[in-house]
Amino acid sequence: MNGAVSPKIAAPKISVRGLEKSFGAKRVLDGVDIDCGIGESLVIIGGSGTGKSVFVKCILGLLHPEAGSIRIDGAETVGLPRAGRTGLMNKFGMLFQGAALFDSLPVWENVAFGLIQGRGMERAKARQIALDKLAAVGLGAEVGELSPSELSGGMQKRVALARAIAAEPEIIFFDEPTTGLDPIMADVINDLIIKCVREVGATAVSITHDMVSARKIADRIAMLHKGKIVWQGPAADIDGADNPFVDQFVHGRAEGPIQMEVRAV
Amino acid sequence: MITFLASVGAAFFAFLAATGRLARFALLGLSAALRPPFYPRLILRQIVYIGYYSLPVVGLTAIFTGMVLALQSYTGFSRFNAESAVATVVVLSVTRELGPVIAGLMVAGRVGAAMAAEIGTMRVTDQIDALTTLSTDPFRYLVLPRLLAGLLTLPLLVLVADVIGVFGGYIVGTYKLGFNPASYLTQTESYLETLDVVSGLVKAAVFGFIVALMGCYHGYHSRGGAEGVGQATTYAVVSASILILLSNYLLTTAFFGT
Repeated sequence: MNGAVSPKIAAPKISVRGLEKSFGAKRVLDGVDIDCGIGESLVIIGGSGTGKSVFVKCILGLLHPEAGSIRIDGAETVGLPRAGRTGLMNKFGMLFQGAALFDSLPVWENVAFGLIQGRGMERAKARQIALDKLAAVGLGAEVGELSPSELSGGMQKRVALARAIAAEPEIIFFDEPTTGLDPIMADVINDLIIKCVREVGATAVSITHDMVSARKIADRIAMLHKGKIVWQGPAADIDGADNPFVDQFVHGRAEGPIQMEVRAV
Repeated sequence: MITFLASVGAAFFAFLAATGRLARFALLGLSAALRPPFYPRLILRQIVYIGYYSLPVVGLTAIFTGMVLALQSYTGFSRFNAESAVATVVVLSVTRELGPVIAGLMVAGRVGAAMAAEIGTMRVTDQIDALTTLSTDPFRYLVLPRLLAGLLTLPLLVLVADVIGVFGGYIVGTYKLGFNPASYLTQTESYLETLDVVSGLVKAAVFGFIVALMGCYHGYHSRGGAEGVGQATTYAVVSASILILLSNYLLTTAFFGT
């Protein structure tokens, strides 16, 4: 089923209804409705400043929406107190756009951080898991001793991916995973995302404006424009979508219904 | 007139809102101490960073302050033949006022700015959000260790500054002004009361808390990349310095006000 309406998913892992978020007078999310099934890879596309990152941050609880509902495994998470969020966060992994590695810690400790600090795992055991995860993203044990500042952008993204999957989360979010990378490294990261998500058996929600990446990693694609989902459907249908917004975006045309805003969100 | 009153009212409400935000931030930071997990290693690291690495700057300012104080009080008191009070003035001034205030201001410049820059950079590079997604409370991991370290470490620094400051006065008094070393030490000790030292240490604890709170608060709320981090650093130092001087007056009134 293609279009702006969310398809019926029997028991969605993530269910978002009527999500609204504003910054001052600027309404960034204006009633977003979308579901994501268990083990599904959902990619949300949209231009810069359309609220993709805000959408993910609302699900993660980093931003508080003004209205709407976010259900994870059927349980409402909007308005959950700080204490109740810890258990929920254990279900999540996140790869940030700029990697967001901790400068003060070596690479292996970055990867093991959630295990040591968040789950109280013994350091030696967490270190071994971190080295295994680094190997899974193609980085050797010697990289584990380096500082994040000693790594290239592509290596930082790999480390961030290793950190996102280290605790084997149920849901992994990817914020612009290929932005700033050369096409070859972007493809390497896409392959790693597919491989790691499959190995962990996680549900994946990615946001990107890189159509090559979206086509490769998505089971389903949704397009966000002016705070609303204007189209969603199987990844294979994106090129034949009968939607002027999608058509303009996937072909990268300046002319069309999408007008670029000068001010970012 | 109405426009003027409206702007005064708006400024007053903005001040109240800012005070409320700061108080809420401090409470969130301190309340993190009530529930595990705790991070003793991080607290220890901050204690070393604030205390040990601030020793040179605090020690240098303390010794020169004590030396200048001895010189100034000698030249002033000699006008009415009260030179013998120099040692007492030095020790009381250093322990009650100059030790804690100068150490507080020095630490605000050195540590408060660094805290704001570090936490601010973490904020603008999504590292604080990353902490949250890794099931780690930023208040417990970043803010509480710094607040506790500031609270515990500055009294120790001030104790050292007191000794060094009094020693600076002793050097000038005995080698330059010709006081007898034994009588200078006797004068120093005989009029010093426990409250003089304790009041200075209490002030130091409050100043340490203020420095850490301002560094964390402005860093945590920084926005907009490098410029935002720079602003946070400036705000942290300026607001900590003003609050140190304001709370110094209030604490002095509480301890010695009549």
